[in-house]
Formats: sequence, structure tokens, C-alpha cells
Amino acid sequence: MESLIPLIPILPIAGFAFTALVGRRLGKGAHWVPVSAVFIAWVIASLAAYNVLSGAAPLIEGSEDLHGYTGLIYTWIPAGDLQVAVGYFVDPLTACLLIVVTTIGLLVHVYSIGYMSHDPGYWRFFAYLNLFMFSMLLLVLADSWLVVFVAWELVGLSSYLLIGFWYRKNSAALAAKKAFLVNRVGDVGFALGIMAIFAVTLALGEPTLNIRHSIELLIEHAAELTIPITVIALLVFAGAMGKSAQFPLHVWLPDAMEGPTPVSALIHAATMVNAGVYLVARANGLFASAPEAMVVVAAIGIFTAILAASIAMTQTDIKRVLAYSTLSQLGYMFAALGVGAFTAAIFHLMTHGFFKGLLFLGSGSVIHAVHEEQDMRNMGGLSKKIPITYATMLVGSIAIAGIPPLAGFFSKDEILGEAFKFGFWWVWGIGLFVALLTAFYMFRLMGLTFWGDFRGPKELWNRIHESPPVMTVPLILLAIPSVLLGLLLGLPLGDSVLKNWLEPVFIEAEELLALPHGEYQLFGIDGVLILASVTVATVGLLLAWRFFGVEIGPVRMPFRPDAVRAMAARLPFLYRASLNKWWFDDLNHLLFIVIGGRVAAFLWWFDRVVVDGTVNAVGGLTVGAGRGLRMIQTGRVQNYALGIAFGLIVMAGSYLILASR
Amino acid sequence: MSNSLDAYLILSGILFSIGTFGFLARRNAISMLMSIELMLNAVNLAIVAFAAFGAFGETAQGVSRGSVIALMVISVAAAEATVGLAIVIAIYRNKRTPLVDEYDAMRQ
Repeated sequence: MESLIPLIPILPIAGFAFTALVGRRLGKGAHWVPVSAVFIAWVIASLAAYNVLSGAAPLIEGSEDLHGYTGLIYTWIPAGDLQVAVGYFVDPLTACLLIVVTTIGLLVHVYSIGYMSHDPGYWRFFAYLNLFMFSMLLLVLADSWLVVFVAWELVGLSSYLLIGFWYRKNSAALAAKKAFLVNRVGDVGFALGIMAIFAVTLALGEPTLNIRHSIELLIEHAAELTIPITVIALLVFAGAMGKSAQFPLHVWLPDAMEGPTPVSALIHAATMVNAGVYLVARANGLFASAPEAMVVVAAIGIFTAILAASIAMTQTDIKRVLAYSTLSQLGYMFAALGVGAFTAAIFHLMTHGFFKGLLFLGSGSVIHAVHEEQDMRNMGGLSKKIPITYATMLVGSIAIAGIPPLAGFFSKDEILGEAFKFGFWWVWGIGLFVALLTAFYMFRLMGLTFWGDFRGPKELWNRIHESPPVMTVPLILLAIPSVLLGLLLGLPLGDSVLKNWLEPVFIEAEELLALPHGEYQLFGIDGVLILASVTVATVGLLLAWRFFGVEIGPVRMPFRPDAVRAMAARLPFLYRASLNKWWFDDLNHLLFIVIGGRVAAFLWWFDRVVVDGTVNAVGGLTVGAGRGLRMIQTGRVQNYALGIAFGLIVMAGSYLILASR
Repeated sequence: MSNSLDAYLILSGILFSIGTFGFLARRNAISMLMSIELMLNAVNLAIVAFAAFGAFGETAQGVSRGSVIALMVISVAAAEATVGLAIVIAIYRNKRTPLVDEYDAMRQ
């Protein structure tokens, strides 16, 4: 098994190299190598994850109950005391991520065969997808901060390449640039955090960049290193904020929807944006030693959740609604991490990966069906034309809304319940309200898209058809975990399967935080909390039905646009704020384009006039002096001799004058 | 023979100045070589004059040291003139002119 694990990232990068080199000549067969590479990686990853989670894998050195695989591939930087090793580290946390990344990655690869079939850049798309798979798998497998950082940048690169896949479209090129630049802001923090980790471990006499080792070292010295640890935690979290698009670095994700829909599903919903959550969970000991940083994580997470949910209420682009929904759900995950509910965060990461991947792929199928229309105002009634897409998306919507017994209910309820029990009542309160909004905007999306009457052009209606099996089969395969994953991993309540899997990873952090571990009371506080979240989700769902209609079996309500308009008129400020995304793009425009542009223009002027001026003046002076002095060199002996004679006279004369004094 | 060194040094200085002027002002390479000889001889005159007034002393065998230096200068001057003339002739063959204004190969 150990010897197979390095193959998990190597196969996709080999697929990338192959496709990038010869893919153009393969034409419509370009998908065979990349898809097979990901398929084999999926098989190996599943086996490894199964072994790790079932406890068949060996114990990790220096722990009592943590099963997993570790190994060294090669030593990248052997510099005296500093040894940066490229190795893999597969513990239950990595195993969970491996399952999500490879499964959704494989399904998205298959889906793309259908979705991208008419695109001239077919081979390029698959090459990029494989590059992304390599980067993401390297990110979750790596055991060193530096390798994680490299993978971190590589996922950023593949994200950039895929958002700007249709680079001839100006908006796509701009969105790619925006995503790249906003991510850089977070990455600077992450890089500084890694440097700080190295500096601190160096000061402690054991310089290391190994994640596990460095965190253990920091925990050991937590008492005397309170401030450095808090700073490191916040810097690492800054990196997580960039990649996972948390406020105020959330602005890139909605624009990233300019990329092809499979990319939105894979990178910008199910995997890459989870990297930040994974990073914080991986560094759980570090964050647990810095309670102040944990509060910041929780606050930013829950604020992003409500901000994004409120924006999702009014967006009309189907993919943008889902993008804001992703932001909101990621906010939930960070809130969970912040309150100390690491397992709940990973649980939500996994369930969200599946149902949001499903929803995005479903939206891609919808967009495909209505011929590249993304505005929900021009849709409606599509359930009659594309039943498989409709059914699977309905499953995804119920799952994300948090209706039991689908996956989203279990994970979201665990986050809210633990937030409440750990004393973060404000996280619980806001989270509950966000749950209401979530149910509302998802069923608004369903109502506008699938129910009621078609509002687009008449001649289009007759041409709408269901997507080919290569697209619908992945939808069905994703719908299955969206239904079952919660039941499989979330039961029995309070002592779930996932909790037992992840216990060894998080136990130390949970002890550091001294979290209350009460008995699970289904007929007590926990039951009430479940009831509260289900009620709230149901209220949101019913509200959405009342405004935007519903057609599930006997439950039928009409779409009432006049009621929607009346509602919007009654809350003019909130409506405008939501529609304009709380003016964050305008704020950024003002801060960075207008004011930042002025500063940059001044700096440019300073650089051009003062810095370049000085340098050019020195150069000009030298050139001018040379040009003048060149005249002396005539090549005639007599001129030189005159110089010698003149010099002699001066020297002798000055000697005589000085000697006579 | 006068008993004053000044007269010899003044004559030497005049000869040297004429030589310098000739070297700087004459355009003919041969004239320049002749001017060099003049300067060398002016210096020689000064050395001999100093020696006669006992500036350099004598060797153990009673030979004036200044005369030895002067003889040395004469022989070096002869060698210099030979080499100088050879160079001038070589340049003349290339340039077809004895005028030093035309010799600007050192500029390159």
C-alpha cells in the first residue's frame, strides 16, 4: 500500500504531461488518458482511505491510536539542520479528503466528456483538470508546510487557468485575474505564517517544516509562546481565507463562475475551496493553542455565512446563486472550526462537497439544456423537459436546505448543535438564521428554474432536451451520497462513525480547548436543537414555495412575481444591498482601483522621475564625460608628448614653488 | 673654463628646451628624432658639468662616475636612434609620408 500512495498524485500529473504534449493530436479521444489516470488514482485512494479508516493501516509513529501511512519520497532541501522532505501523510483526516477529492474529481472528469464535447479546447481542458487533481491531491497528502504551500499555489494556478479557460471572453479573463490576485493576498499571509513557524521552531532549537512535528513543538511551548502562536494561527488562517473565499477575500469566488461549469463544481464548490478548511483542521493543534485566533475564525466564518446567504437571495444567475451558497456553506465550516467542532466542519466539508458538486453539475446540465442561458428569469417549468437533472437537483436542494434525513441535515445540525453546546450562542443564532436563508434561496432557485411556466423564447422550449448519459450518470452517482452520506457517517447521533474516525486526529486539540463533553440527549437539549434547525429550514422552504411556487406531486403552488416585487418594495434597503452584493465590488473598486490606482500612479511617477532619473543621470554623466574625454585621444605622438611636457612643467613648477616657501 | 656651474646648466636648459620645442613642433619624424638627440645631449652636458664640479665623486680606481653615466647615455642614445629610425622607416613604407600628423594608428 505504501508504495502505491505516491501514485495518487503522480498519475494525474503524468496524465497532465501526456495530454499537454500530445493531447491536441488526439482530438475527441483526449479524455481517455486523463480520465483513466484519475480513475486509477481514485481506486488507490479509496483503498488507502479504507485501510486508514478501518484501522488496518499501521499506527503512525509516536501516537497511540492514529492509524495511517507516512513515507518519505525524497528530501527536497537538505540544508544542515533544515530538512524539507517531500513525503506523504495519510491519517483519517487526509483519508476523508482523499475520498471527496478523488470521487468528485472522477465524476467531474466523466461529466466533462459530455459537457465539453463541442469545445475546441477539449484536450486543454482535460490537461488542466488533471493538473488540478495533481495539485489538490498533493495538497492533502503533503506532510510539510512548504510542500503544502507549493500545492497551494498550484491549485491557485490551475484554478486561474480553468476560470480563464475561455480566455477570449473578456469577462472570463478578468475573473481569472481577479481570482488569482485575491488569492495572492491570502497567500502572502500563509507564506509569512510558514516563515514564522520556521523562525519559531528555529528559536526553539529544532528547526522543522514538518506539519505534525512543528505543531507538536508549538503546543509543547504554548505557555510561553502565546503571542507568536496566535500570530502564526492568524497568518495561516489568512491563507485559508483566500483559498476558501472568506470575507473580505470572498469577492473572487462568484466571478470564478465564468469558468466552465464542471470547473465550478470541482474546484469552486467541492474541492479547492475546501483547502482552507482542511488547512485549519490539519493545524487543529495550532489553533487550539490560540483561542483568540479561534474566535476570529468563528466570527469571520459566520459573518461570511450570513453575508453570502443574504446575497444569494436575489441573484438571478443560477451559477451565482450556487456560488454565494458555497461561500455561505464554507462560512459554516469555518464557524465550526472556530468553535472547536472540527469533526463537524469536516463532516460538512464532505457532505457539502457531494451535494454542491451535484448542484453545480445539475446547473451545468440546465445551462446546457437551455442553450447557454444562465439567467433564471428566462427559465421555468424545466422539470417537464429534463426530469433526471430536475430530480437530482431536487435531492441536492433538500440536502443543502437541511431537511432530514439527507446529508446536509446531519452535518449542519452538528455544526449548530456543537456551537450552541460549546457556548458560542451567537454563532448558533446567526447560523440558524442562515439555515432559513439557505432553504429559501435554494427553493427560490428550484422554483424559478424547474417549476411554473417557461419564461424564455417559445421556439427554445421545443429544443430543450435532457443531457446525454455521460452527464446524467454522474448526477445520479452524486445524488446517492447526497442522500446517504449523512446517514452513513452521522449515525448514531452524538457518537457518529465520522467522529470515531477523526477522534485520534482531533483529540489533542479538543483536550486543549477543554470542550464540554456531555452525554448526548436526544430527548433533551440536543433534541430541541435538532427541532429548531429543522423547523427553521422548513420555514425557509415554505416561504420560498409561497413566493416562487412548487410542483412536487400533490404539493402545488404558483409562482407569484407580484408578491416577490411587493416584498422587495417593502424592504428596499435590504433588497438593494443584496442585489448589489453589499457593494463589496464597488468598495474594492474604490479602494483598490480608484485610490490604489492613484497611489500606484504616484509611485510610478516617483519611480520614473526620481529613481530612474537618478540612475539615468549617473549613466548620462558617464557617457557625457566619456564623449568629452574621447577628444584627447588623437593618436598623434606629439599631442601626447605635449601632455607629458606640460605635466612635467606643472610638477617641476609646483615643486619649485613649494620648495621655495 | 668658467668656474661657475650656472653657465653649463643654463646652456643645457636652453638646449633641452630647443629639443623639446623641436619634438613638439616639427612635423617631420626625422626632425623629431634629431630633437630627441638634442635633448639627450643637453642632459648629458648637465651630467658632465655636475661631474666636473664633483657631484658624483670618483670610483676606487679614480674614474669620474659622471663620465661613466654620460658614456652610458651616449650609447643608449645611439641604440635609441637606430631603433627609432628603423621604426620611422617602417611607418614611412606604410604611410608614404614622413609627416607625424598622418600617424594616428594609436587612436584605434
